Amino acid sequence: MINKKKYFLNAHIIDPCNAINEIGGLIINEKGKIEASGKRVNKNNIPSREKCTDLTGKHIFPGVVDMRVFGGEPGYEYKENYRSLSEAALAGGITSVVTMPNTKPVIDSVSIVDFIQRRGRDKSKINIFPTATLTKDAEGTNMCEFGLLKNKGIVGFTDGIKSIQSPRVMSRIIKSAYDFGCLIMQHAEDAELSKDGMINEGIISTKLGIPGISDLAEKIIIERDLSLLEETNCRYHISQISSRKSLDLINYKKDIVNFTTGVSINNLALNENDIGEFRTFLKLSPPLRTEDDRMSLIDGINKNLIDVIVSDHKPEDEESKRLTFSQAATGASGIETLLSLALEQFHNGSIKLEKIIEVITHNPAKILKINKGNLSVGTDGDFCIVDINRPWVVKKENLVSKSKNTSIEGRKLQGKVISTFVNGKELFKLK
Amino acid sequence: MAIELALMANDTKKAIKNSPKHLLGIQDLKVSEIKHILNEAKQFIDLNRSKNKKLDILKGKTQINLFFEPSTRTQSSFELAGKRLGADVMSMNITNSAIKKGETLIDTAMTLNAMHPDIIVIRHQDSGACNLLSQKVNCGVLNAGDGRREHPTQALLDALTIINRKKNIEGLKIAICGDILHSRVARSNIYLLTMLGAEVNIIGPSNLLPKDLEKFGVNIYTDMKKGVKDCDIVMMLRLQNERMTSSYLSSNREYYEYYGLSPEKLEFAKTDALIMHPGPMNRGIEIDTMLADDINKSVIKEQVELGVAIRMACLKIFCS
Repeated sequence: MINKKKYFLNAHIIDPCNAINEIGGLIINEKGKIEASGKRVNKNNIPSREKCTDLTGKHIFPGVVDMRVFGGEPGYEYKENYRSLSEAALAGGITSVVTMPNTKPVIDSVSIVDFIQRRGRDKSKINIFPTATLTKDAEGTNMCEFGLLKNKGIVGFTDGIKSIQSPRVMSRIIKSAYDFGCLIMQHAEDAELSKDGMINEGIISTKLGIPGISDLAEKIIIERDLSLLEETNCRYHISQISSRKSLDLINYKKDIVNFTTGVSINNLALNENDIGEFRTFLKLSPPLRTEDDRMSLIDGINKNLIDVIVSDHKPEDEESKRLTFSQAATGASGIETLLSLALEQFHNGSIKLEKIIEVITHNPAKILKINKGNLSVGTDGDFCIVDINRPWVVKKENLVSKSKNTSIEGRKLQGKVISTFVNGKELFKLK
Repeated sequence: MAIELALMANDTKKAIKNSPKHLLGIQDLKVSEIKHILNEAKQFIDLNRSKNKKLDILKGKTQINLFFEPSTRTQSSFELAGKRLGADVMSMNITNSAIKKGETLIDTAMTLNAMHPDIIVIRHQDSGACNLLSQKVNCGVLNAGDGRREHPTQALLDALTIINRKKNIEGLKIAICGDILHSRVARSNIYLLTMLGAEVNIIGPSNLLPKDLEKFGVNIYTDMKKGVKDCDIVMMLRLQNERMTSSYLSSNREYYEYYGLSPEKLEFAKTDALIMHPGPMNRGIEIDTMLADDINKSVIKEQVELGVAIRMACLKIFCS
């Protein structure tokens, strides 16, 4: 079947990669690639017989690239699988995800990569970019085969929910990653300092009687790694930061070494007070911290100290959360709400719209060295159409993801994805 | 005095009516509610000392004690309190129960709820376990200690003991000394004593003090002599042995030297200062054995005695 060309007109197009922020159109060719975009695309240069979609009042963004997602496959299919993940992502305007390797078994060898790539091709409607662990079994001791895994298509290396604790192992990882040109994504948390901890250490942890995690646990790992990078500057990304202390350090080191930084939308939209009376859905890693920390992270995005916002989508089934706070699993489902929740920062005047789109499309793609998150001519037609003013309320029963552990149940949001396209095909349309 | 109390009781009854049916922590209570519980308990002190201790206030009511952590005094105190009020009391033995087979707290709660209890008394090692339980059952829930968070009946019985001896809490200077970080007794007492107008000094090594504690309106000391200076009450906390192995402290010997209550350190407090301890005690680690037994200074046994009265009051109020 031959696909027809698709024409979209009068949309507000934001494409930070090409510095486009204007009213214009988008043309997708028969192969699903972008043929043209921007203000030059208008009614006058489209053949009159062609059917056009008028998007007056709507926005077109490049398909969102979510750099931190727990996909469930293999081993945790009851929490999420590639099919349910795709549906959830598409509903949130996300067309590419980077999956974490903390599966069962963990993704640490070429054969497992082979398996998930085939599963991804068969079951997923979106682009899946898998990561592999830095160390075998994510145990922090023996390095993985960076070169071989990279050749297989692994975009980055991370132990996911764990930090490399040994400075010796980390220094060797950095040197090896440098040789192979690999990207390291570190989940910065000192395991000793954060031992038994569940929420931010401070007045809330004291009041709730729950062991706290000091913000120093994060800062110490970042400090160590950035010092190691001064010796050998491999491609290095801090997966998520949560505190002002880390941000101050990043600000200081920015001129000395090259690295990038991410933040979870949870840490931008919530603070430790939201935990209230033991809401297990807000047991997160890194933990929600103080309002001052949250404000500093927003500031960090505006000052280009933070490059990426991620959903940190960690689906957990009911059984893992219907427990006491100590026993409950860590993490929240968030892929569907990433874009809408990020738009909250635009609506409340904290971050410019163009900046928000940049940190969820172009910046992650640039860090990962993948040709996604932009609307350049010739690239895949991955994009979403968004009504940034449309109000809606997050209700867990309406979520598409297999797991309903959203951190923002009942939150009133403004901005909803109308439709999402992958390779020029409309794979999601709001009912 | 009696009229005043009666008036106050009348006043506080209204307050209780609007309040939730659970006692999960002191932090959820209003001053009037605390006073109401203390007043109710006062009636039971004499009863407990008399020959016939049985009442029928809770006749026909079912009380379930659900203790996930070992406990001698709190569990037996709650059991006696319920029985003296005429309730049918059942204490669940966790070691033989389905919980050992992997049943979750919520499932246990729903199972027990199906048996229509009127009140559940719970102790659990996890902070917030009683809150979770209270959301899942139709009856009242009494917290008998959850993790590090709260132990409300302990704080209430401590307050009753203090009032019994010193008439009033307002204006007193009270020192709480020891492992504050892991202590639910300390937290509940901090809320209650500051609410009733006492000045509270917290004493402990930095490793055993939780973060931001000063925001609770207490004074913090790492020097015990300074902390107990001019105090009316010195409340010692139990030090758990495992604190030595995880580098919170170096040794028992050193801890006793700096934070154990010795006659020498007690000299700094007021001459009529009273010694309290929630038990069980580690003699020679946090408290000198002679001091613990000194009938002129120590009210530790009285705490246990009044504990039953407090629990009777709580059962009466929250079991209806």
